[in-house]
Amino acid sequence: MLFTSYAFLSFLLVVFIVYYLLPGRAQWSYLLLASYAFYYMCDPRYLIFIAITTVSTFFAAKVISDKKVAFDAWFKEHKKEYEKEERKALKSKEQSAEKKIFLACLLFNLGILAVTKYTNFTIANINSIISAFGSPSGISFVDLIIPMGISFYTFQSMGYLIDVYNGKFEAQKNLFKFALFVSFFPQLVQGPISRYADLSQTLFEEHRFNWRTVSFGLERILWGFFKKLVIADRILVAVKAIIASPDTYNGFYAFAGAMFYALELYADFTGGIDITIGVAETMGIKVTENFRRPYFSKNIKEYWNRWHITMGTWFTDYIFYPISASQFMMKLSKKSRVRLGNNLGKRVPVYLSSFIVWFTTGIWHGASWNFIVWGLGNFVVIMISQELEPFYRWFHSKVKVEGTFGWKLFRVVRTVLIMSSLRMFDCYRNVPLTFKMFGSIFSQSSLSQLNAEAFIGMGITGYDYAVVFVGMLVLVAVSLIQRSGSVRGKIAAKAAPVRFIIWYGLFMATVVFGAYGIGYSASQFIYNQF
Amino acid sequence: MKKFISIILAVSIAISGLVLATKLLEPKYMSGILEGAMIEEYYDDPTDHNVVFIGDCELYENISPVYLWENFGINSYIRGSAQQLIWQSYYLAEDTLKREHPDVIVFNVLSMKYNEPQNEAYNRMSIDGMKWSLSKVNNIKTSMTEEEHFIDYVFPLLRYHSRWSDLNSEDFKYIFHRDKVSFNGYYMRVDVKPAEDVPEGKPLADYQFGDNAYTYLDKLTKLCKDNDVKLVLVKAPTLYPYWYDQWDKQIEDYAKANDLTYINFLNLQDEMGLDWSKDTYDGGLHLNLAGAEKMSEVFGEILSTDFAVPDRRGEESLEKYWDGVKTRYNTEIDRQNTNLKLYGTVHAPEEN
Repeated sequence: MLFTSYAFLSFLLVVFIVYYLLPGRAQWSYLLLASYAFYYMCDPRYLIFIAITTVSTFFAAKVISDKKVAFDAWFKEHKKEYEKEERKALKSKEQSAEKKIFLACLLFNLGILAVTKYTNFTIANINSIISAFGSPSGISFVDLIIPMGISFYTFQSMGYLIDVYNGKFEAQKNLFKFALFVSFFPQLVQGPISRYADLSQTLFEEHRFNWRTVSFGLERILWGFFKKLVIADRILVAVKAIIASPDTYNGFYAFAGAMFYALELYADFTGGIDITIGVAETMGIKVTENFRRPYFSKNIKEYWNRWHITMGTWFTDYIFYPISASQFMMKLSKKSRVRLGNNLGKRVPVYLSSFIVWFTTGIWHGASWNFIVWGLGNFVVIMISQELEPFYRWFHSKVKVEGTFGWKLFRVVRTVLIMSSLRMFDCYRNVPLTFKMFGSIFSQSSLSQLNAEAFIGMGITGYDYAVVFVGMLVLVAVSLIQRSGSVRGKIAAKAAPVRFIIWYGLFMATVVFGAYGIGYSASQFIYNQF
Repeated sequence: MKKFISIILAVSIAISGLVLATKLLEPKYMSGILEGAMIEEYYDDPTDHNVVFIGDCELYENISPVYLWENFGINSYIRGSAQQLIWQSYYLAEDTLKREHPDVIVFNVLSMKYNEPQNEAYNRMSIDGMKWSLSKVNNIKTSMTEEEHFIDYVFPLLRYHSRWSDLNSEDFKYIFHRDKVSFNGYYMRVDVKPAEDVPEGKPLADYQFGDNAYTYLDKLTKLCKDNDVKLVLVKAPTLYPYWYDQWDKQIEDYAKANDLTYINFLNLQDEMGLDWSKDTYDGGLHLNLAGAEKMSEVFGEILSTDFAVPDRRGEESLEKYWDGVKTRYNTEIDRQNTNLKLYGTVHAPEEN
């Protein structure tokens, strides 16, 4: 069920009205029902997968948590009866028992994710190897369903399990409350990947109707619809046309395609997250922000701290740090310092951890080499950027541009160009073609390609480009205003007629200029596929 | 109180804005494709009709109510629209019978060949002009293709919003009113394009009309019987789309079984004196004015004689009404003839 479909809007309206008619203590139970109904309407088979992840994670976390609590209580009472070494052994034994449960649950759920998402990718690679050895036959592909949002809810659940295992908080005692945390419908399809400690603060609370909260939520939803329908889905046609005909649209067109895609992806993904956060907000529930004006970033590292924030922090907290701090890495660090010297040696474990994180990030986005290379491309750029730090310092000691507007602008543009170039892996059908198209930007661009007719031939009109351009200006203006605080808060402080003009104007712009309905194919949010 | 007034004012402005945007963006059908404006025009006719024709282009391009009035005193109206499907005809008949009680309803049977919803654009032309009633609601629900949504009919802005880039002076001119494009439902063309090389019908895998089509024909029959209205089934004399003998037989059998009159005008071409080198404007698909008046002559005779449709000439209010229609009718004939002479087409350059 698309967020932009009438079905979803009708569903939302019913959920919203009933939510506030119910007594507060029944609200979270009702949301669980609504979330499962939402998932059922998408595909009834999905329910089996999410239920298995929910139940297995809930019980594993509960057993770990209960064992922790029981052991801690017992240990507190009896620790004086044991010598230091014995106490250590007892703790180790307890940790080992918890670890077994933890790893079993982790591997089981990541296994489900791996099997559903990556089986055919693995088969395709095996077949490539087999055919390279001259064998004509290969393994047949399997017809597996990939539950919508499985990457998001699996990561969210595993994050919870890891936190419980690490003793950050006790496990949730109510299976149904945990089920709601995993399946909360606004964020089920494309995140954000919420942390239990954050989302649980408002998810299970009683919420009374509050006009300010509800209106803020509705405003956020409207803003999301504007981004998705007016900008993303309108420029999507040109992006698709460019990608579909690489022989025709090479050189400057490939560059334009990369730029269009950067805009489309941003408007699409942030629009979807705006709708998610807005829907939750109308019901008094606070969902973590996932973006902080990423295209204003001055380097790639900063960009990844501002783009898909919840995913970035998930990989950092649950993959990068554990790997960096693992015994293997400690040993590797020691060895590499001895062999390569202190300066170079200390970077080896960091870069190896970073490599693993970016490889995982890539494959999390999709079962294809394009995504893996995209992930590793990010790794390479970040690594080069870090290695060039001394050069930057030298440069700034010689050229006094640091802090100037021009330099800041250069850095922002550079970041956008690098990220857009890397994203070309999202677009083209395979890695060699992506490299070829990227290369064509430098080898095949010509002034003759800069003609309006060719761009009109991409399936959208001059009017469409005008709408996208104006939409983009609005987007930039809002982002600039946002730097000094909540835009909705600022609008709320204005006089009623001004507020009315702004929100009604946005509503009418979305209704009239949105790319939806007959003549437009309903476009899935890009991140739904993850 | 001040807050209450502010809210009322804001809601009023918001609704007015939406209405204005809808009015501006919805298609006007005042030039080019005129058929979209025809269904709505019916509600402006204040008279009670003795004959109402319901069906597709084989009615609204082939019969002239003006001719029927002038020569037989028959007060009639054509509730026709492009590719009108049988359930749409049924709901238009239902809608008509809620407003008046004609002696005869004439239904053109070509649409029996369609058993499922076909085309959104034609649906819109058949349905948008209907006034809201249960008949319209059911018409929408029955007619919608997979890509359509009921809410798009309730709020046409959701359907027509994308016309913002196609707006022209006509959209502004006709934002709050429409000119009449038909003559009691008749779509006039005076030009000639002879019927040459009319293709034979290709053999079909199955000639049986669909269950859904029969269901609505049954409903139409029952509706007319329940309301004491004579239902006349007709097949217009146009050469294409091809009318198969197997189809004809099914309609004949149906008419016999239900005690209805079925007139296949394809069999009355000689009686009408149709000349396919002169009486069609599009190579045999539809009749032009000359052809339509020939068919109206024969049909008028049948309606007067066999169905005893009264001659109402002399009724003051009707005379007055028809004088207005006739004036427009003759003006349109002159206009089209002038354009034909000047430009070789009935449309002036500014209409294209």
